[in-house]
Amino acid sequence: MIRPPYRRSSLRAAVALLAFCSAAAALAAAAPDTLEQRVAACTSCHGARGEGSPDGVLAPRLAGKPAGYLLQQLEYFQSGQRRHAPMEYVVRQLSQPYLRQIAEYFAAQDLPYHRWPQPAVSAEVLRRGEQVVLHGDPARAVPSCVSCHGDKLTGFEPMMPGLVGLSSGYISNQLVSWRTHTRAAEGPYCMGVVANRMRESDIAAVSAWLASHAPAADMHPQPAAAQTTPLPGWCVMGHSEVNP
Amino acid sequence: MKWLRRGVGLLVVLLLIGAAAWWYLARDQRAPSTPVQREADAAALVDPARIERGKYLATVGDCAACHTARGGQPYAGGRSLATPFGDVPAPNITPDADTGIGQWSFDDFWAALHLGKGRHGQLLYPVFSYTSFTRVTRDDALSIFAYLKSLPPVNQPAQPTGLEFPYNVRSSLVAWRALYFKPGVYQPDPAQSPQWNRGAYLVQGLGHCNECHAPRDSLGGIEQNQHLTGGQIPQLDWYAPDLSTRSGGGLEGWSAQDVIDLLKTGQSSKGSAFGPMADVVRLSTQHMTDADLQAVATYLQALPPRAPAAPVAFPQAASHEQGGKLYAKHCADCHGDNGQGVAGIYPPLDGNTSVTGPTSINAIRSVLLGGFAPATAANPRPYSMPPFAQQLSDEDVAAVVSYVRQSWSNKASAVAPVEVSRSRHTPVD
Ligand code: HEC
Ligand code: HEC
Ligand code: HEC
Ligand code: HEC
Ligand code: HEC
Repeated sequence: MIRPPYRRSSLRAAVALLAFCSAAAALAAAAPDTLEQRVAACTSCHGARGEGSPDGVLAPRLAGKPAGYLLQQLEYFQSGQRRHAPMEYVVRQLSQPYLRQIAEYFAAQDLPYHRWPQPAVSAEVLRRGEQVVLHGDPARAVPSCVSCHGDKLTGFEPMMPGLVGLSSGYISNQLVSWRTHTRAAEGPYCMGVVANRMRESDIAAVSAWLASHAPAADMHPQPAAAQTTPLPGWCVMGHSEVNP
Repeated sequence: MKWLRRGVGLLVVLLLIGAAAWWYLARDQRAPSTPVQREADAAALVDPARIERGKYLATVGDCAACHTARGGQPYAGGRSLATPFGDVPAPNITPDADTGIGQWSFDDFWAALHLGKGRHGQLLYPVFSYTSFTRVTRDDALSIFAYLKSLPPVNQPAQPTGLEFPYNVRSSLVAWRALYFKPGVYQPDPAQSPQWNRGAYLVQGLGHCNECHAPRDSLGGIEQNQHLTGGQIPQLDWYAPDLSTRSGGGLEGWSAQDVIDLLKTGQSSKGSAFGPMADVVRLSTQHMTDADLQAVATYLQALPPRAPAAPVAFPQAASHEQGGKLYAKHCADCHGDNGQGVAGIYPPLDGNTSVTGPTSINAIRSVLLGGFAPATAANPRPYSMPPFAQQLSDEDVAAVVSYVRQSWSNKASAVAPVEVSRSRHTPVD
């Protein structure tokens, strides 16, 4: 089981950071023996506590995502199954146990979510987005997004990411990456199937609706036990419909 | 790529010379082993102690680094190695009967490692470091072979090479080999200590340090007299420094302990490993025994001093003041106001040979790419440096790199923005 050991770290992080800034200015005699100090490379892009870059596209939010999911993505960058040169370079020299600690660290960051500005799309496009997110596109056998990501869209521990707090640019980039095979996955290729079945115009629609959707009251991923809707057969470990 | 075109012209001439030498060199130089020897070899292949030793030697040789695709099965091949002449995929060397070395005899393996010849006598491309591995003893080669034979077989067919004419014709290597390849097992120097000899054997042979740490000419060859004198690695575009620790050497002032620390932990009081050297440390040298590391350090410490560079007073960069401001804002928190670093955590920049090296490419790329020192058993949770590629313009990177190259005790040439823009790609294998 993944047990985030850094729950109380928000205050500690702030104190440590302050202490670091003043101490470092005086003399760089020592650096704080903390994970936040160690991952300075990551936070330079993803924000001091993994809140994401200000535009939400340059680097996505990491804070509060399920630890198992974050670790898996870091491993995909390492193996080249998910492509993004700066990410691939930065994780190259790290071991699996260290990546796990880093994943748990960002998963444990409890930060408020904010709503992205309403993308400039028509009300009709937003309605279509809502339709696909909540009900899918039965004509093309696209299941609804909520059927896997949860009715609150906050995902489930330990592996299912939520679709909250992501910018529309980031979401549409990801959907396109699955179609162009620059973001793949082992075993069940869930999002590969979903993204490839989707109408191209629906990518913009769901991205716009998700980004502007009012955040749920509780944004934490739901516990694994809350995932009661069974995943479709092709999205279950052990089954493989690879690269449709 | 101008040098490449020049190189092709030269190559045609060499091909002709090579053809003349053909009858001599193309003869199969391997002496087939006797039936008695073959039987002894067969028994050796299943000896667990030998297999264990072979595992260690294969790690020192870093065979898995090339013969494993990213995210792929160890030793099953699939990784493509870029050369200025095209891509050469590393083949599957697991004991799979159809796609690996399952049907190979030890004689076949010895011909590959010692003579750079494939199972059917074809000449192998020297991106496979047999120019160094030829120094490996027959007994060590047998241990490596025993280890490879003990691996689970993986069925993974070889990929086609991405070489263009004339390089795709393997016999074109005859000329290249005549110039740059001298097969022969390492011969100990009786005038030197056993430790020095062990170091020489490891560095020149399995460690294949010279394959990166020496200059390559337009044909991709290393002149015989260039031993660890430093060079830019083609395609990778990193500079592997001269490894002499004596006066004028690329590691001038490094103690034996510094060398051992770097190879074992990825860090030292003089600098840390990054780029391709971080891969070498993580996959290979961190696993070397203390005795072997000590031997390597002893050998490097005994490399000859280098001719002192002509004393040039490099003019201070016009951007020095701007560079100083950028340094205070972006770098001093970690590397210290005076470039002193933080022991065991952040490398010093003052007196760091990666900063002052004859080329600035490593310093430029370190600033653009940032990253972590390699995670090793001795340093499992390394600290990191932010990449500045996204934050700083070419002018700013040039200013700050010039500043660190010309501050404190550092006295090296300034850097122009155009050198930065040339280095703005991120390597991903
Ligand atoms: C140069 C900026 C940069 C740096 C440095 C960086 N990242 Fe990223 N990271 C990105 C970008 C951009 C993406 C989105 C890539 C894509 O579009 O697929 C990303 C994606 C990720 C993801 C996937 C997020 C998701 O929801 O799927 C994780 C996890 C991650 N980064 C963690 C890290 C960690 C840990 C570090 C430090 C070891 C790090 N990043 C360093 C820019 C960066
Ligand atoms: C069949 C189950 C399933 C359905 C239906 C599904 N998803 Fe996913 N989704 C996943 C899984 C599993 C992942 C984790 C992907 C990985 O491992 O790379 C994921 C990841 C994502 C991510 C990446 C999140 C991040 O932080 O990078 C986005 C964006 C996404 N899905 C959007 C959608 C949208 C939009 C829909 C509806 C059109 C949808 N998903 C429907 C299973 C599903
Ligand atoms: C720098 C990368 C690199 C390293 C290190 C390396 N190899 Fe290779 N090796 C290659 C490449 C590339 C080839 C293919 C050459 C060719 O096609 O001509 C090859 C070919 C071979 C072959 C011939 C296989 C065949 O099917 O013809 C054997 C055997 C081999 N290597 C064994 C080893 C062993 C043992 C080690 C470690 C001691 C090692 N290699 C280290 C890159 C490397
Ligand atoms: C958050 C701390 C941090 C900051 C800020 C930082 N660095 Fe680094 N730097 C490091 C670490 C850690 C390494 C070792 C990385 C490695 O081994 O890959 C390093 C390595 C280097 C190296 C290679 C030297 C060697 O021996 O590894 C150079 C050159 C360098 N930094 C220059 C700079 C410059 C110039 C700046 C400011 C623009 C800067 N650094 C900002 C932490 C930092
Ligand atoms: C794949 C190419 C490659 C091989 C093989 C290689 N090196 Fe390196 N080495 C480099 C590069 C590039 C650098 C410069 C980057 C750095 O300083 O970490 C370097 C740097 C070094 C440094 C200086 C580190 C510093 O911080 O300045 C030492 C010492 C070293 N190598 C020793 C060795 C030894 C010993 C071997 C053989 C066992 C070896 N290298 C094999 C590429 C290589």
